[in-house]
Amino acid sequence: MSARANILGRLKAAPARPGPDLPPWTPPTYADKLARFRQMAEANHAEIHDVTAETWPERLATLLNNRGVGRLMVAPGTPRGDTLLRAAAQGVALPTLVPYDRAVEDLKDTLVHQVDAGLTGTRGAIAETGTLILWPTAEEPRLLSLLPPLHIAVLEEDALHDTLAAVVRDQGWAAGMPTNALLISGPSKTSDIEQTLAYGVHGPKELIILLIKKGE
Amino acid sequence: MLSEKGGADGGHPPEHAPRFAERAPDALNNPQLRRNFRRAMDGLMAKRAAQFPDPAYWAELRERGAAVKARALAKLPDLLERLEARLTTNGVQVHWAETTEEANAIVLGILQRAGARTVIKGKSMVSEEMHLNAHLERHGIEAVESDLGEYIIQLAGETPSHIVMPCIHKNKDEISDLFAEKIPGLERTGDVDELTAAARRVLRERFAQADAGISGVNFAVAETGTLVLIENEGNGRLSTTMPPLHIAVTGIEKVVELLDDIPPLLALLPRSATGQPITTYVNMISGPRKKGEMGKAGEKDGPTAVHLVLLDAGRSRVYQDVELADTLRCIRCAACMNHCPVYTRVGGHTYNAIYPGPIGKILTPQLQGLDAAGDQPHASTLCNACAEVCPVKIPIPDLLVRLRREAVRPTETPATHLPVVKDGGAERSWNEALVWAGWRLVYTRPLLYRMVTRALAWGGNWVPAGAPLMRDWTTARTKPRFKPRTLHDLARERGYPNRLELDEVPK
Amino acid sequence: MTTTNLAAMHTAAAAPAARPDTVYFFGTCLVDMLYPEAGLAGMDLLRHAGVRVVFPEGQSCCGQPARNSGYFEEAREVARAQLDAFPGDVPIVVPSGSCAGMMKTHYPHLFEGDPDQPRAIAFAARIHELTAFLVNVLGVKLEDKGEPVTVTWHPSCHSMREMGVVDQPKALLRQLANVTLVENKRERECCGFGGTFAVRQTAVSTAMVSDKLASVRETGAGTLLSGDCGCLMNIGGHAEKVGDGTRCRHIAEFLMERCHAQ
Repeated sequence: MSARANILGRLKAAPARPGPDLPPWTPPTYADKLARFRQMAEANHAEIHDVTAETWPERLATLLNNRGVGRLMVAPGTPRGDTLLRAAAQGVALPTLVPYDRAVEDLKDTLVHQVDAGLTGTRGAIAETGTLILWPTAEEPRLLSLLPPLHIAVLEEDALHDTLAAVVRDQGWAAGMPTNALLISGPSKTSDIEQTLAYGVHGPKELIILLIKKGE
Repeated sequence: MLSEKGGADGGHPPEHAPRFAERAPDALNNPQLRRNFRRAMDGLMAKRAAQFPDPAYWAELRERGAAVKARALAKLPDLLERLEARLTTNGVQVHWAETTEEANAIVLGILQRAGARTVIKGKSMVSEEMHLNAHLERHGIEAVESDLGEYIIQLAGETPSHIVMPCIHKNKDEISDLFAEKIPGLERTGDVDELTAAARRVLRERFAQADAGISGVNFAVAETGTLVLIENEGNGRLSTTMPPLHIAVTGIEKVVELLDDIPPLLALLPRSATGQPITTYVNMISGPRKKGEMGKAGEKDGPTAVHLVLLDAGRSRVYQDVELADTLRCIRCAACMNHCPVYTRVGGHTYNAIYPGPIGKILTPQLQGLDAAGDQPHASTLCNACAEVCPVKIPIPDLLVRLRREAVRPTETPATHLPVVKDGGAERSWNEALVWAGWRLVYTRPLLYRMVTRALAWGGNWVPAGAPLMRDWTTARTKPRFKPRTLHDLARERGYPNRLELDEVPK
Repeated sequence: MTTTNLAAMHTAAAAPAARPDTVYFFGTCLVDMLYPEAGLAGMDLLRHAGVRVVFPEGQSCCGQPARNSGYFEEAREVARAQLDAFPGDVPIVVPSGSCAGMMKTHYPHLFEGDPDQPRAIAFAARIHELTAFLVNVLGVKLEDKGEPVTVTWHPSCHSMREMGVVDQPKALLRQLANVTLVENKRERECCGFGGTFAVRQTAVSTAMVSDKLASVRETGAGTLLSGDCGCLMNIGGHAEKVGDGTRCRHIAEFLMERCHAQ
């Protein structure tokens, strides 16, 4: 008998037990999702900048130049990445843009040692916990939001949801999960040493959210 | 009779590993350790309480969480098969292990076939249960822990003392010394940011070089074939994303039915564990790196192969008993240990087990047997603090009592005639059974009871402080004092009636 | 989940408590032998509140010591003796949250599969902890006749977490004009008694009770009150052993002394 057959056999031979019906649970809703998101994301140590769909590259350029960011990794083939690449071509004073344009195996050293920041889009965000939703794709790989010391995420105000429960249900996530879905709430942190918060232990030390306001 | 110390009357061989009561004084007499734990647990309790300000919402949420896990357990074999089918469709290879030895062999086999030499690990209590690192090292594969707490523990050659915060027993100074000694080129620093940065520097290279990543799983969703992992540091994401091979190890009880089951559990777990509304990262893995096909580009990162090892290691035996199976609802938040007045004082190592604290006191005896851990259920005052905060409503005190029973008077599984719990009856003692038989005789016969209590009222105070039990009691307390007249006597004297139909004669 | 459902069932059954004219008093074995004056004070408080109190001669122990040691059969037989000793359908008032918790929350489960289970469930529904009964059912009004005093409160774990008794004893103490109630920092933490725990795990138990006493001492109150004699025996015995002057008393005795002293 295989381990599988033995384990399943034992479980199936056990006395049957009724599974309870799920009692009602009403996740919270927020009259002002943006206010809640802002409050929670900032509590998570994220930095939020209100921007417009037209001018965010300029705004980002200023932000990054002030921080002395020299190399920004972007994802070609994504709306956000392409916008930045175009902006740079048009003379916006962005840091050197490094494209995440090949497999990680050929890009490891760059990713680990040679970029200061990475820029991604988002699929939306969760007001309750100040959380960004990212579904990495072939164009926008998983490590772009993880390896560079600074993660910049572009979020549209329209894409705010009350809770994870609401977005999973409303968008029918169960019908088609990506290979990797991520919820990100602030920069990487630890409190393993005397419960003292320290940021950037493995992932980004900072998270900047560029919030594209509705109708602006 | 009730002594933990001797062993002769309890039937424990003298070579028995030190029991909880014998191990506790070491921790209790270490003021630094006591301070480290007290401070940490006080902080965690306050942070958790702040996350559940509304008792009605907390009650509703935990009812839901408990029901989600209870329902998943009711369908466990079915859900495991669905999980396996779905993961396989998603391109994840699923393996089954009855024992930790089998699980180790499976993991080793996968690594050897891939030619892996170094492995980077995310935090996984199941891998601790397997003693996986030691197994891999015996076969020439280096396993590096990447969770900061686990990394510290590994450098120190210790084991975790807490399931969420593994190095909670260590303070900053101890960690500073350790880093200065073990990390080449690092000056001793008391700055937490510098210590953290040092670990980042070292581990970054390890991530880049690792041939494989190994992680645990917080929840496995049968419906979508999704492994849900939560963490704050990003090391879990790195371990499961950067190396070309990812192996996840998990207990069979981690499966839930629907993706919709995840939000309530995620609303409970980090809040209960560390008092955070959510962890920095929730990493949902439903498959390996997607290959390019039909002109569409493939993914550029993520492991090209993902494996899941489903470990039983005694869980299917726990499952046989409907009451004890509530143990398997556990989502490993550690709120029970954070709130436990015993754990807070002795810390995790006193339990000499992978899972310390209240959940460990019910889980360890069931996984390892009552011969090895039959004393653990007694290391509790049954104060119920654990049950009060458990996000999935595991009745830990009731299960502690149930295990005390199985240790002295085991019940059998009808189908197999085996004790419900491994080594049932291991704590059986004729002396103790005799005492309770006598107690029953006296306390069920009113006349006899009155005679005995009167005798104690008359002569009970002559019991010497050195008598069995009294000796243990009086190490820290004066002897209890029997009063010359019992309440039975006083009630009658004051004229309180004995029966409803009798009149009261107040005096 | 059986226990939970049963608990919910009998809690619901016990909910609408009209003011009775007669109650039973279950003294508990510890009170019977070691703290009889606390038990008597409890009965006297009920009588002063205008209730007839019946103390059945046949009572002994709730059975908790055996149950908690894993000797369920012995516990059940002793529990059955209590079912027999309190036959009438009137509330049973208990001056101990722990014994009350045993009878209210654990009897139904203890009698699972036993023909007496319906009787145990009905019995459980009649159980009331003393201070909760005085406040919730009788709505007692107390008049303080004592000198000014500062006290601190120790809620037993089982009164809080099995009986849901949290505010009632404090509400009684707050009725007393000359009594100042100060909270100790570790109020909700177990004192380390735990029945046989105190003798099986002496070292941990000692650490717990010594921390408890320290947090009591920190308040500056000279008196610690509780509604459970097990805790009192532990904390009081420890105070005495280490030469600490804190008086540890059952709340019933304290209330009687202040309000009805002759």
